[in-house]
Amino acid sequence: MDTKQLLAIIHAIAKKVEAEKDYLSQLDNEIGDGDHGINLARGFKAVEEKIQTFADKDIGAIFKGVGTVLVSTVGGASGPLYGTAFMKAGNVCKGKMTITAEEFTAALDAAINGIKMRGKAVEGEKTMLDALCPAYKAIKESIDGGKNLIDALTNGVDAAAAGVEYTKTIIATKGRASYLKERSLGHQDPGATSSLYMLQMTLKTLKEA
Amino acid sequence: MVGIVVVSHSQKLAEGVVDIAKVMAENVPIVAAGGLEDGTLGTSYDRIHDAIESVYSEEGVVMIADMGGSIMTIEIVLEDMERENIVMLDCPLVEGAILAAVESKNGRNLEDLKDFVERARATKKLSD
Ligand SMILES: Nc1ncnc2c1ncn2[C@@H]1O[C@H](COP(=O)(O)OP(=O)(O)O)[C@@H](O)[C@H]1O
Ligand SMILES: [Mg+2]
Repeated sequence: MDTKQLLAIIHAIAKKVEAEKDYLSQLDNEIGDGDHGINLARGFKAVEEKIQTFADKDIGAIFKGVGTVLVSTVGGASGPLYGTAFMKAGNVCKGKMTITAEEFTAALDAAINGIKMRGKAVEGEKTMLDALCPAYKAIKESIDGGKNLIDALTNGVDAAAAGVEYTKTIIATKGRASYLKERSLGHQDPGATSSLYMLQMTLKTLKEA
Repeated sequence: MVGIVVVSHSQKLAEGVVDIAKVMAENVPIVAAGGLEDGTLGTSYDRIHDAIESVYSEEGVVMIADMGGSIMTIEIVLEDMERENIVMLDCPLVEGAILAAVESKNGRNLEDLKDFVERARATKKLSD
């Protein structure tokens, strides 16, 4: 993956988040405060506006730049969480103009660990981690098994989609939805859904490149 | 005096808490960092950062937050600022802010103030 592809991925995520803004907010309305789509759309709009200032830098700096903008513009819990994720991915890719499939996997791992650290959450608490952790596992296994990044991401997206479905079957124990206790059952987690979109857009963009 | 920053998703709530605390300790450096720049609910990195700067002194600053995203955003601001004398208090918003303001006025240092406020967090409102 090179910087041009990464910028295209970020652009695709921004477009997707804007397109699904109402749907994400509706999901959040059921078990939260109904702003997840608004939050992310505001954040990625700001990313699109500021991306010029770091677009010519290395992959690490681009990830970091995106993370910094998200932290200061999203406004909801997903801001510090996704912001930390992008910043941690940036640390792994520091100074690199291209990254290998292995480095991409390591960046995803660092991003997920960043979310766990910031949110003090683990898998199974009905959060974005329930999409991201299974996706990471599938991607890592695929890469270790000799698959290329596109095939690995295809498996990762499938695993994330299954993870999103799984969030309907569990009770939230982190974030706003945890106030609802068992009434959070049957509802799909908005953050897991937006994480799925990010992985989908990564795959779609790399396929088109 | 130790500075105090009250962080909430709501600007009204943060300002209200500051008002209540100030009645008890008029000249204490205490400020609100609530909501987003456009007036909607949420937590703003910049507002929190600027609020800290506005009450900062060598004596330090304590942060009191409502919940969730506020706490995570404060953590990131504090990591970026890299100053050891800015700390979060684990306490209820209103009671914590009042106690912190009174104790700051009384001249308690940062460490003692943190300890004092956090020790009081299990206090019951209704006796049983
Ligand atoms: N502590 C946490 N750890 C991991 N993810 C979390 C945590 N708290 C919230 N989330 C994720 O954030 C999403 C909500 O984001 P958003 O609506 O933007 O923030 P807020 O809850 O502040 O309104 C949830 O659906 C969940 O996936
Ligand atoms: Mg929300």
